[in-house]
Amino acid sequence: MLFSSLMLYISLFVALFFEVFLLITYFEIREEIKFEEKHNGKDLTNYPSVTIIVPCYNEESTVASTIRSLLSLQYPKDKLKLIVVDDGSTDNTQKSLEEFTHHPQIQTFKKENGGKHTALNFALERVDTELVGCLDADSFVEPEALKRIVGFFTDEATMAVTPSIKIHEPISVLQHVQKVEYNWGIFLRRVLSSINGLYVTPGPFSIFRTRIFKEIGGYREAYLTEDMEMALRMHRNHYKIVNSHNAYVYTVAPSKLSDLYKQRVRWAYGFLNNAVDYRDMYFNKKYGNIGIFVLPIATFSVFSTLYAAGNALWSIFSKIPDALTRYQAVGFAWNFNAPHFSVDWFTFNTGITAMITYTTIILSLTLLYLALALAEGKVRLKKDVLYYLTIYILIVPLWLAKATYSTLARKPITWR
Amino acid sequence: MPDSRKYIFAFLITAVIFGTAIFVSNYFSQKRINAIQSIEDRISLDILASETQYALLQETSCKNTATSTLSKDLGDLSQKLSIAEEQNGADDPSVLNLKKQYSLLEIKDYLLMKSITAKCGNRPTFILYFYSNEGDCPDCQKMGYVLTALHDTFPDLRIYSFDFNLDLEAVHTLRSIYGLSATLPALVVNSDPYYGFQPLDELIKDVPALARLKAALDRARAATSTATTTSKKK
Repeated sequence: MLFSSLMLYISLFVALFFEVFLLITYFEIREEIKFEEKHNGKDLTNYPSVTIIVPCYNEESTVASTIRSLLSLQYPKDKLKLIVVDDGSTDNTQKSLEEFTHHPQIQTFKKENGGKHTALNFALERVDTELVGCLDADSFVEPEALKRIVGFFTDEATMAVTPSIKIHEPISVLQHVQKVEYNWGIFLRRVLSSINGLYVTPGPFSIFRTRIFKEIGGYREAYLTEDMEMALRMHRNHYKIVNSHNAYVYTVAPSKLSDLYKQRVRWAYGFLNNAVDYRDMYFNKKYGNIGIFVLPIATFSVFSTLYAAGNALWSIFSKIPDALTRYQAVGFAWNFNAPHFSVDWFTFNTGITAMITYTTIILSLTLLYLALALAEGKVRLKKDVLYYLTIYILIVPLWLAKATYSTLARKPITWR
Repeated sequence: MPDSRKYIFAFLITAVIFGTAIFVSNYFSQKRINAIQSIEDRISLDILASETQYALLQETSCKNTATSTLSKDLGDLSQKLSIAEEQNGADDPSVLNLKKQYSLLEIKDYLLMKSITAKCGNRPTFILYFYSNEGDCPDCQKMGYVLTALHDTFPDLRIYSFDFNLDLEAVHTLRSIYGLSATLPALVVNSDPYYGFQPLDELIKDVPALARLKAALDRARAATSTATTTSKKK
């Protein structure tokens, strides 16, 4: 009981601390964000050469649109190259690529299937531009995205720039849930960027200085989360990663729970295993905020979420013996009175835990409001927010539990 | 390099929020205790009122004493007692005090109702239910459900529940009047003691007073059904 209360208080304190930290940082950088929104990408005078790698595996339905969105980028054509690598697709991806075979800006390759990281490394060997990036073949870029990203490379210390990712045309309930989740991610990335705390350089449209791959090597398999491992490796080498919050990339989100579950198990499993591989960075001042704050709190959040979900499940299951006792005593002859709504404060839970939980929820909603305002411009209470608030907390523990189990049991996971 | 000032600032704000939450929680706990005290005051007044009503019983007509003033407060108090037990803890002195007062109120109501019904020639059924919260009564929870279901079936039934181990002289006296042993759960139905868990059907079958209530209820239902059928035929 004492352990349980202690765990609860620690979890709540850390959650509250994280929220307060985000809020303080956000208010610190608010003017900076406004300035970026006004000027970013508009006063660019120097256009460095860029190669965008498009690795694809069985992406026949989306790859052509992905390439067309890249060709529509507002960027000098002689400065932009595309390398499309078909990583041994077994569908009609090759056929979809045929229309681009002779395009002057595009090189297409086909290789044996070896995983995304091999496709990226295959292309990296052929890159001769100053900057290089990647775009997953199920994602699309906004025309201004590259200009907005490139603007950040005027700072010589910046080695990689990540975009803001949004959900492409959400239809299903789960896609709407992810839309809000990604909008929250936009806010989080921008805040973490200001403390050099980005621990993922996402597959969709993160742009790097090409030389870093020569200095620290190419992509690794990294438990199928090569984009996370690359970011951690960059931090280990004290490279700066920043975020361009208004460089938008759209990605197709899983519409079914089974697909979302697989994707998120992969992400969470990748995070936990990469965290183990990079454990020397934890609480290590040498690595700045990412070592002192971001990685520990991200890891803590995985376990505190699981703990909270376990507690909630326990409280549900612990009611079963009581229900059985009741059934044994009186069968189904229960008195189902209409719910009694009382506004009497006496019935309101005012315990210490409850009070701190209310405060944490209020702060979470405030942060969500700021996140939606940053990502969408203005906030309207629409169905996607309601879906997010009601569904998201129920499904997150599913993949966290599976990823934690697979990590502890050393059971590797697969891409699909 | 990490900005340690920001971490300290965030930590301090978090600590202040935590401290405020604890303060507000304590404030409401105190307010709840005050509310409990005001309930206790009301009970004292109710007890006095019931004593007066009891004394006046010989002078009043049955019509005017159909219900006791205390009965009205019992339901509300029972609910508040459960909430206070849950939020302030069952061992909280003010909660224990409230429980004692509640038990006294029940006994008073029981005595008053017994006198009223005796004077007016009614034959009500009273159940005194003795339970324990100290882990020595595995069937008490089940028995509680049975009594709730029983009350739902017979709304006029008067059930009074008492913590067998409550340190209150009146409850001790009640136990000794009916010669109750510590075999729990224990029921006293119209002065006859019954020990151990009693399933709903068996309780109704085995306890004559409840069997009479059931028969009366069945007769009333049959009469209603006949009246409805006759009225439809017309």
